[in-house]
Amino acid sequence: MDIVLQQLVNGLTLGSVYGLIAIGYTMVYGIIGMINFAHGDVYMVSAYITAIVVALLSYFGIESFPIIIVGTLFVTIAITGAYGWAIEQIAYRPLRNSSRLAALISAIGMSLILQNYVQISQGARQQGIPNLLSGAIRIDIGDGFVQLTYMKLLILLVAFVSMGVLTYIIQKTKLGRMCRATQQDPKMASILGINTDRIISIVFVIGASMAAVAGVLITIDYGAFDFYVGFIIGIKAFTAAVLGGIGSLPGAMLGGLILGISESLFAGLISSDYKDVFSFSLLVIILIFRPSGLLGKPEVEKV
Amino acid sequence: MDSSIDFKKSIIDTILAGLMALVLFGPIVGIVLDGYDFNTEYSRVAWLVAIVMVGRFGFSCFLQSSKGKEMLFRRSSGDAGGVIVTAPGYKSKMVWIVPIVIVVGLLVPFIASKYVLTVVILGLIYVLLGLGLNIVVGLAGLLDLGFVGFYAIGAYGLALGYEYLDLGFWSMLPIAAILAALAGAILGFPVLRMHGDYLAIVTLGFGEIIRLILNNWAEVTHGPNGVSAPLPSFFGLEFKRRVADGTTFHDYFGISYDSGFKYMFIYLILFIVVLLVLHIKKRLVKMPIGRAWEALREDEIACRSLGLNHVLVKLSAFMMGASVGGIAGVFFATYQGFVNPSSFTFLESALILAIVVLGGLGSTVGVVIAAFGLTVLPELLREFSEYRILMFGILMVVMMIWKPRGLVRVTRTGFATRKGALK
Repeated sequence: MDIVLQQLVNGLTLGSVYGLIAIGYTMVYGIIGMINFAHGDVYMVSAYITAIVVALLSYFGIESFPIIIVGTLFVTIAITGAYGWAIEQIAYRPLRNSSRLAALISAIGMSLILQNYVQISQGARQQGIPNLLSGAIRIDIGDGFVQLTYMKLLILLVAFVSMGVLTYIIQKTKLGRMCRATQQDPKMASILGINTDRIISIVFVIGASMAAVAGVLITIDYGAFDFYVGFIIGIKAFTAAVLGGIGSLPGAMLGGLILGISESLFAGLISSDYKDVFSFSLLVIILIFRPSGLLGKPEVEKV
Repeated sequence: MDSSIDFKKSIIDTILAGLMALVLFGPIVGIVLDGYDFNTEYSRVAWLVAIVMVGRFGFSCFLQSSKGKEMLFRRSSGDAGGVIVTAPGYKSKMVWIVPIVIVVGLLVPFIASKYVLTVVILGLIYVLLGLGLNIVVGLAGLLDLGFVGFYAIGAYGLALGYEYLDLGFWSMLPIAAILAALAGAILGFPVLRMHGDYLAIVTLGFGEIIRLILNNWAEVTHGPNGVSAPLPSFFGLEFKRRVADGTTFHDYFGISYDSGFKYMFIYLILFIVVLLVLHIKKRLVKMPIGRAWEALREDEIACRSLGLNHVLVKLSAFMMGASVGGIAGVFFATYQGFVNPSSFTFLESALILAIVVLGGLGSTVGVVIAAFGLTVLPELLREFSEYRILMFGILMVVMMIWKPRGLVRVTRTGFATRKGALK
């Protein structure tokens, strides 16, 4: 029983991170109707920047955890956001009027570029950062207990706060209104005076920032990463986005949580070797039976 | 058009681009992690920023010239794509090149050194892979990112078939093609309802599932350690130095043993198979099914409304492409003598896709040239191998922006009604 509860707790944190990355897929898909293939690699870049910032801070003798986490989040979001912006400028903007296949291929190219660029600059070996926050809360349940590390608690807190902030921005602010208008009808929005090109850029930056938050959290918690981490986590976050209904913001969060929890349970109860196979199979199954996802709207084919 | 160049604007653009490059490259390129510590590499950042600034300045000036404005205009007016249709009965003037290629191809193993031969074999394997994927992506317009899965099925089919069922190269060649085609059909069914991006992700997931199973199902596949694969035999004659039962090739013909024989033999079979696939593809494209594939690529909804059975068309493309991938896998396994899951990563799929994209979606000649260009060149320029994938990525982005239809444009022969057919 306690193994199930422990896996539920682990799955909840993992799922909230998947949800954060899935937001990037879902927002970009919502606005230009394409999958940002390089999004997983944006996450990977943020993992590297996290480690670099942590190393820099410790070089300057800063050891206090709150300063480290706030500083890392701030710098990583800024730089990773710039990556999101650059990806849009290079791989998507020049292809606005060409076929979907062309844009997709250029995004795959961008993903390869990012991976190899990081590999060449930083070396192919696995990197790591020291454990910054240790300790855990122990909750006794019956005979067993569930362990919730402070780091996992922090992940949940930061993830839900950033999702909340994002939801507020999209629902209540003027920027959010412009985003939603562009998502509904780009042509009409631009007629009404919205600079849709700028909105598309901003959406890429927001998506990358959310991936950056996920990158900081996972990297500090897990400690190890290499230039290839973006690939698997990218597909999983995409699965989460599809599960929740691609294009829907709450769907991405819900999908992330469902995927994270079910994956953790699968790994804990059945087999940890095949947990990735499980996630990918889940993706295929969802796409067969409910391609619009849990909260998504069915797509209408337009001629 | 006004062709005066506003240098002030260019300089502002350049400075902004330089600042952006500094933000982007500064941390990743300039600060290299070393354990929990780091080293700094300022000069690399300075170079990159300088290159970006110079490039941006040049580009900005170019865009303001009359030629650049013309280019911008063409870009904003949409994708000037489409297939060139030649006049009915058009005969290419390049027909003479085919016999020359065949003769040279058949002579290669007898003149090339063993090293060159192994590189050329690898090139030919990628030609096969490129041709297979070109049916799926190039002709039918279905972006398949898990093509490496079929390649793996072929390769592991040979290795495992030899280990468990005692099947050799020759029996496995058709079986692998059928197995891969079946896998293509299995994958094809669920993805028939999807288009573009979804299809890409699902096929990507499929390729990964196959790799993960090969990696984790250690009792059968030996996991990451891999499995050895057999060599082909020449009518029962083995190419090994000595065998326990049966005769070896060099003993039978009374010549001294040479480890190059097997490569010569593999090359020759592979060359013939490639020619065969080329021929089949050439015929298929002219047949109704080939035309249906291309029609589906250009506009799926229009095709369906004209009554084309899109399920059949998509499935046939998937199965056809997959079977060619499976055959390529068999050759890869026998050429390496050994297979392990690390040969079948997503990167391999991306490389095959790069071949198809560079060669031109649907073009045969282009794919053959691109396959050799992308596999043989990096092999010969070993010192740049670190930058190989970076080059592929840049190539894919630049090609899509500059020439989305690939280097070699696809042409197809037009139709005219046969004389006396309509009366």
